[in-house]
Amino acid sequence: MDFNDTPEEAAYRKKVREWLDKNATKKSDAKGMELPRDLDELIAQSKAWQAKKADAGYACITWPKEWGGGGGTTIDNVIYSQEEAKYLVPGGIFAIGLGMCIPTVMAWGSEEAKKRFVGPAVRGDEIWCQLFSEPAGGSDVAGLRTKAEKDGDEWVINGQKVWTSGAHFCDYGILLTRTDPNVPKHKGLTMFWIDMKDPAVEVRPIKQMSGGSEFNEVFFTNLRVKDSQRLGNPGDGWKVALTTLMNERLAVGGSQGNADTDDLIELARDTNIAGEPAIRHGGVRERIADWYVQAQGLKFTRFRTLTALSKGETPGPESSISKIVAARKMQDLGSFGMDLQDMGGVIRDRKLSPADGAYTEQWIGAAGYRIAGGTDEILRNIVAERVLGLPGEIRVDKDLPFNQAPKGK
Amino acid sequence: MNFDFSDDQKMLKEQVRKFLADKCPMSVTRRVLEGDEPYAKDVWKGLVEMGLTGTAIPEEFGGLGLGPLELCVVAEELGRVVAPVPFSSSIYLAAEAIRLFGTQKQKETWLPKLAAGEIIGTVAISEGLHAAHPGNIETAFAGGKVSGVKQPVTDGSIADVVIVAVNTGGPNSQKEGEQAISLAIVDAKAGGVSTEEVRTIDPSRDNVTMTFKDAPAEILGDKQGEGWSQLSRILDGAAVLFAFEQVGGSEAALEMAREYALERYAFGRQIGSYQAIKHKLADMYVKKELAKSNSYYGAMMLNDEGSELTEAASASRIAGSDAYVFAAQENVQTHGGIGYTWESDCQFHYRRAKFLALTIGAPIQWKEKLVSRLEAKNAA
Repeated sequence: MDFNDTPEEAAYRKKVREWLDKNATKKSDAKGMELPRDLDELIAQSKAWQAKKADAGYACITWPKEWGGGGGTTIDNVIYSQEEAKYLVPGGIFAIGLGMCIPTVMAWGSEEAKKRFVGPAVRGDEIWCQLFSEPAGGSDVAGLRTKAEKDGDEWVINGQKVWTSGAHFCDYGILLTRTDPNVPKHKGLTMFWIDMKDPAVEVRPIKQMSGGSEFNEVFFTNLRVKDSQRLGNPGDGWKVALTTLMNERLAVGGSQGNADTDDLIELARDTNIAGEPAIRHGGVRERIADWYVQAQGLKFTRFRTLTALSKGETPGPESSISKIVAARKMQDLGSFGMDLQDMGGVIRDRKLSPADGAYTEQWIGAAGYRIAGGTDEILRNIVAERVLGLPGEIRVDKDLPFNQAPKGK
Repeated sequence: MNFDFSDDQKMLKEQVRKFLADKCPMSVTRRVLEGDEPYAKDVWKGLVEMGLTGTAIPEEFGGLGLGPLELCVVAEELGRVVAPVPFSSSIYLAAEAIRLFGTQKQKETWLPKLAAGEIIGTVAISEGLHAAHPGNIETAFAGGKVSGVKQPVTDGSIADVVIVAVNTGGPNSQKEGEQAISLAIVDAKAGGVSTEEVRTIDPSRDNVTMTFKDAPAEILGDKQGEGWSQLSRILDGAAVLFAFEQVGGSEAALEMAREYALERYAFGRQIGSYQAIKHKLADMYVKKELAKSNSYYGAMMLNDEGSELTEAASASRIAGSDAYVFAAQENVQTHGGIGYTWESDCQFHYRRAKFLALTIGAPIQWKEKLVSRLEAKNAA
C-alpha cells in the first residue's frame, strides 16, 4: 500500500513536469502574479493556453489522437491535472464544453458535425455551453418546456433556459427541447446544437446571492435551426442528454481556495472565547477534529478511486459521496470561521477578513454549491438508488402525456 | 497510486469471510449474549486453526509473520459478523503490546502461546467511570508485585496474561505524571488476580472488574516510566484495527437496513421507496465510506510505522465510531418496532457499535489527541 506512481506513471509525470516548467510559471514562483480579472483578457489567455496544450497532446488527454486528443489513459489525465494545478494557468472555461457537450456531439452528431466541431473545441478556438435547466425544472430536467416545432427542413425554437454557465462568452451550445407535448415527458424531447451568436438567442446574466454572475438566463425567440443540427432522433433527446449528464460529475469541479482545518487552527489561535484563545475551547477543538476527519476521508476516497484507475479497473461507487460531504463541509466550516470572528464575522472584505475572506466567501458560495450539478437531495437519491439499489422515486407524471401532467405555474 | 490491499490480502479476507459466514452467524452472537459462555469457543478454535491469531506475530515466535495489513482485513470480517471472541483483546492489544515493547524473553514466553491460541491475553487500563490518565492510575507496581483494581477489563475472566497500566511512581518517588506510568505483564493464573463479572451494554463480550493483590508481575520491556507513551502507540495501532471492525459492522448494519427497507411495505409501498429512508441509508453509506478511506490510511501508516500514525489512527477511530454507531442506531430505526425487540438481530450491532466506540477510548478523547497533534504541527 503506497501512493507511488508505477514506472509508466512516473515517466509520464516527469514528461508533464518538464513541459509545464518550460511553458508555465509555478504558483510558488508566481508571487504577486495573478490571472487577468478582465473577462476578455482571461478568455484570450485561456484560449492561448489551451492551444499550446493541444499541440503538446495535453488537451483532452484521453481522446484519440485523430480527434486532436492525446491518446492517453485516464490516469495520465489525472497526473496531468495534478501537475497543472501547481502552475498559474487559466482553466475552467472549457470544462463544460469538453467535459459534457463535445462528448455528446461525438456520440450522437453526424460525421460532418464531428469534423466541424471537435477539433476547434479541443484547441479552445470555440467554447461550448450546455442548455438543459429551465425555470420550471432543475432537478427534474425532463420537465422542460422550451418548444421546438418542425417547419420544413428547419425547427423553430421558443422558450427559456436558466443556470447556463458561460453562455455570455460561448460560441455554441447543446440545447434540449420539447418536440412532442402529446407523449410522456421523457419521450417528447429532442437535442440540437445551436449557434449562440444567432440574434434569436438572447443571453442575460443572473446576479447571484453572492453578488457574482457566473450563470445566465438564455431566451430563444423564433430561433431557426436546421434539421441537420439535430443530435439523435426526434424524441430521443433524453437518451442523448444522459450521455451529457453522465459526464457532469467529472465536469463540475471541486472547490478551490477554501479554508481548511489548518487555517481554522490559526484563526482559533487569534480569536477568543470569553477571553481565552478559542483554540483552547472544547467545542472548537471538536469541530476542527470533525472537519479534519472529513477532509482526510474525501482525500483518501479520491485515492481509492485513483488506485482503481491506475490498475485499469472500474472505480467503485465510493466517489459518489464526495460532493455530498464537500459542499456541506464548505458551508459549515465557512460559517464556523465567521462565528469565531464574532461580530467581525459580518464583515465581507478580503483585505480585512482572515484567510483572504475565505470563510465568508465559502459560506455564501456553498449555498449555491450545494445545489449546482445535483442538489444534496438528488445526490442522496442517486446513492440510494444506484449504489444501494433502493426503489426509484414514484413519478406521477411518468405515463401521462406531457401536456396533461400536473404542473406549477 | 497503490492505495489498496493486495490480491493476497483480499484472498485472505475472502477466506475469513467464508469461514465466519459459515461458523459465526448472528445465532452464535445471540448464543453467547444470552448464555453463560464468555466467548464462542468453537469460533475461536476455528480462527486459531486458520492461523489468524498469529497473523502479525513474527515467525520466530510462532506466528505467520504477516503484517498489520493482513490483521486489518481479518478485523473487518470479525466486525461484520459481531464476532463474540476475544480477538481484539488478545491480538490487537496484548500480543501487539508484547511484540512492540517486550524483551526478547517476554516475547519468547508469551507470543508463541498467543499465536497458537493456547492462551488469551488482554489489557487492563481503566480504573472506573472516567478516561484513564496518568493522574488517575492508582494500581501500583512495587517489588515485582501489582496491587489495585481495574474496571472494566474486557475478556478479563478468560485472560491468561494481562498487560496492566500501573503506577511505578510510588509514594516516595520524584516521578509523577507520565513518568510514573509503566506497563506490567501479569500472569493471571499465577495467583493474586481475582475477577468479578460486570454487566455491560454488550454481553456478547466478557467484561470484569479485575482485582490485583500482590500479583507477581514484571515490567513490559526493561525500563519503568515509559508506559504512557507505550500505551499511546499500542492504542494507535488498536484504533486502526478497531476501525476496520467498525467499517465491517457499518457495512453489515447498512445491509440489514437495506434488506428490510426493500421487503417491508407501509402505506402500500416499500419503505425503501420513501426519501426519508433512502436519505438515511445514503447517509449511512457516506459515513461508512469516509470511515473506510480513513482506515485505509491508518492501515498504511501502521504498516509503515509512518510519521502520521497518530493522526491517521485518530481519524480512523473517529470516523469508524461515527459510522458504526450511526449505522447501528439507524438500522434499528429503519426496522421500526420490530428492531427494538429481543428477537431482532438489530440489537447486536447497536450494542457492539457503542461497545467498540468506548473501548480503547471514546471519540471525544481521540479528537483531543488528534487536535493536539494538529496544533503542534501547525505551530511548527
